This record gives sequence, structure tokens and C-alpha cells, in this order.
Amino acid sequence: MEQTHTGSYTPYHPRWLRRRLSTYWWLEKPAYLWFMLREGSCMFVAWFTLYLLWLLDAVLEGPLAYELFLAWSGTPWVVALNVVTLGFVVFHAVTFFQAAPQAMVVRLGRRRVPPGAVLAGHYVAWAAASVVLWVLLRGA
Amino acid sequence: MSDHITLQIARYRPEQESEPTFNEYEVPYTKESAVLDGLNYVKDRLDGTLVYRWSCRMGICGSCGMSVNGEPKLTCATFLADYAPGPVRVEPLRNFPIIRDLIVDIGDFMRKLVRVKPWIVREVDKPLSEGEYRQTPEQLDEYKQFSMCINCMLCYSACPIYGLDPKFIGPAAIALAQRYNLDNRDEGAGDRMEVLSEYDGIWGCTFVGECTKVCPKHVDPAGAIQRYKLTAALESMKSFFAPRGA
Ligand code: SF4
Ligand code: FES
Repeated sequence: MEQTHTGSYTPYHPRWLRRRLSTYWWLEKPAYLWFMLREGSCMFVAWFTLYLLWLLDAVLEGPLAYELFLAWSGTPWVVALNVVTLGFVVFHAVTFFQAAPQAMVVRLGRRRVPPGAVLAGHYVAWAAASVVLWVLLRGA
Repeated sequence: MSDHITLQIARYRPEQESEPTFNEYEVPYTKESAVLDGLNYVKDRLDGTLVYRWSCRMGICGSCGMSVNGEPKLTCATFLADYAPGPVRVEPLRNFPIIRDLIVDIGDFMRKLVRVKPWIVREVDKPLSEGEYRQTPEQLDEYKQFSMCINCMLCYSACPIYGLDPKFIGPAAIALAQRYNLDNRDEGAGDRMEVLSEYDGIWGCTFVGECTKVCPKHVDPAGAIQRYKLTAALESMKSFFAPRGA
């Protein structure tokens, strides 16, 4: 029990009880656990980025390096890691989009765009970006 | 004949115990009875030594916040029937020092509130002869949602960041800063930004989002904080690209 207080009327209340949050606070509510998973998903986003950079590096180095990279990517643990990563990255994107309308107020003229439309806008942009990438990559 | 429900109420009497204990009380209830009515029944008929705060019993004063079955709630707006058959656990709001029984110290929040200047700041006041400051309904809508805050502190109680680091200025203080920043009559946004762009200000928030879920007045403090972050980021970009006070 700690006595921490600076209010001017405290001398007669010396025994206020200040409790510490448990280290496992994030297990107390499903919403807290969800939050921790969302925060943790950034590790997987980082891994995906690294993986893509390695892929690029291999492609730039030539056919042999690319073959080696493909073989390495086919090993069970890399496949497993990438499957888990895909799950977390999708989770990251979806929760990020969900949060977006709360953080952004978009206006058209004098009207505020309803939050649902802001959310939908994000998905449309995502789909459009995917289509563009698809077309570019297939053309290459 | 009315039904009865058991209240498990946290008691903390600093002169006789060093840890809170629970007392059980049987109270009658109907479908209109709030948890606060149950507490009043205990105080009036069963145990006059129980202490807790309340005033308006209609969701306006913000003083009756407690933890009900682990969730921060206004006890005057939370109904016993929703917890039937019980028991209902009533504890003081989490994340605050407990003074006695269900009463917590709110001094920390009060001091933080003042730091964000939750009033209209003017560089120069208009002389009275020029009349009132005008505002259109659209301008009112800009901040109205944030002005609904009743300082009940349920959001602080739900916020694990505040629980881990009591220096964090917290959801309601930031939402109230936004309430004045978005008011067209106000000129204090710069002063508030100084306080809120500190380490313990908006950047302390990691967007857990629980504050918004528990807010009884739909203030959406989590939204206010994220919007503020966006503004702060844009401002610092602006000052980066146009440094000489352009
Ligand atoms: S923002 Fe909501 S929960 Fe927080 S103090 Fe204001 S009314 Fe209460
Ligand atoms: S008693 Fe006033 S808000 Fe509950």
C-alpha cells in the first residue's frame, strides 16, 4: 500500500488505498486481449515487409538467388510462419480500417460524411490498389 | 411482493483494515430499481456506515460511477433487473485511490482538467457593447458531442494506460480540450496543444478504445484523441516545412 498524494487536504486521510494494475491486466477482458493482439500484429507486418525485401533482393541478384529464395520459402516453417503472418496482417488491416472513421472527419461541402461511408471508402481503396497491382504484375 | 437480489459491496475502512473486503446485503428490487437504489436501501435500512457518492440520480451529475460486476457504470443508470438473479458486485471505480468503501479520490482528474483550460479562451475579449459571440447550428454541431461529458471518470476507470501510468492526462480531459478547440468562439487551441502534445498527453494513448465503450454520454473520447493526434501531426509537419512562423 502506497501513500501518494499531493492534495492540500490529505493530512487527515493518510491511508488511501492505491492498487496497482496486475501485469496480466490484458487477460481480464476480451476487449483488452483483442487490443494486445492488434498491437502484437505489427510484429507480423514487420516480418512481411522484411520477407518482401528479401524477395526483391533475390530477384535483383538473378535467377540462382531467386531459385534459392523459392526453395527456402517452401520449407515448412517458412510456409507456416507466412500463413500465421497472413492472418495477422489481415487482422491488422481490418481493425485499422475499423478505427479509421473514428479518427477522421471527412467533409463534403458542409456535410460530414457518415462513418460507414469512410469505412467503405477504405475498402474500395484497398480493392482498387489490389486490382492495379494485379494488372501491373501480370503485365510484367 | 418484490424480488430480492444480493449485493456484494466492497468495504474499505482504513482505520480497521488494510485491504477491501466484501459485505453481502439482500435488497428488494423491481424493474425500475437502479443499482444506486439498492445502495440507498442498504444505507437506509441495513447498514448506515456504508459510504458512496451520488446526487442527481438521473445521469447528469456524474458522481455515482462505480464498478458493477467489473464494468465501470453510472449506478443510477444501471438496473438491478439486468443482473438478476445476481449477485451484483459493486466496487469503487478502478484506477483511482480508494478513500473509503465506494469513494475514490478524484483530485488527480480535477487537476488534469484545469490544465487543458476547459473554457473559452480569447486573446482579446469583445467589448460588451458589441453584443454576444454568434454561432450557427453547424458550428455548434462541431463540438456538441464533446460538450455532453459529465466528468464521471468512467473512461479513466476503463483505460489500462491510465491504470499503468497515472500521469497520462486521460480520455475526458482530451475530449474536453477538443470541445473548446472546435468551438468557433475559442482561441485557446495553441495553449492546449502545448499541454496535450507532451509525452503524457495524446501520445500516451494507444487506442485501446474502451473509454468510448463505457462512456454513458456517447462522447467518444477515443475518437477525440485520434482526431487530435491527426491535427498535432499535421501541425508539426507544417512547422517542419515552414519553420519560420510562416
Ligand atoms: S468522456 Fe464520458 S466516460 Fe469520460 S468523464 Fe466524460 S461522460 Fe464520463
Ligand atoms: S447520481 Fe448523478 S449521475 Fe448518477
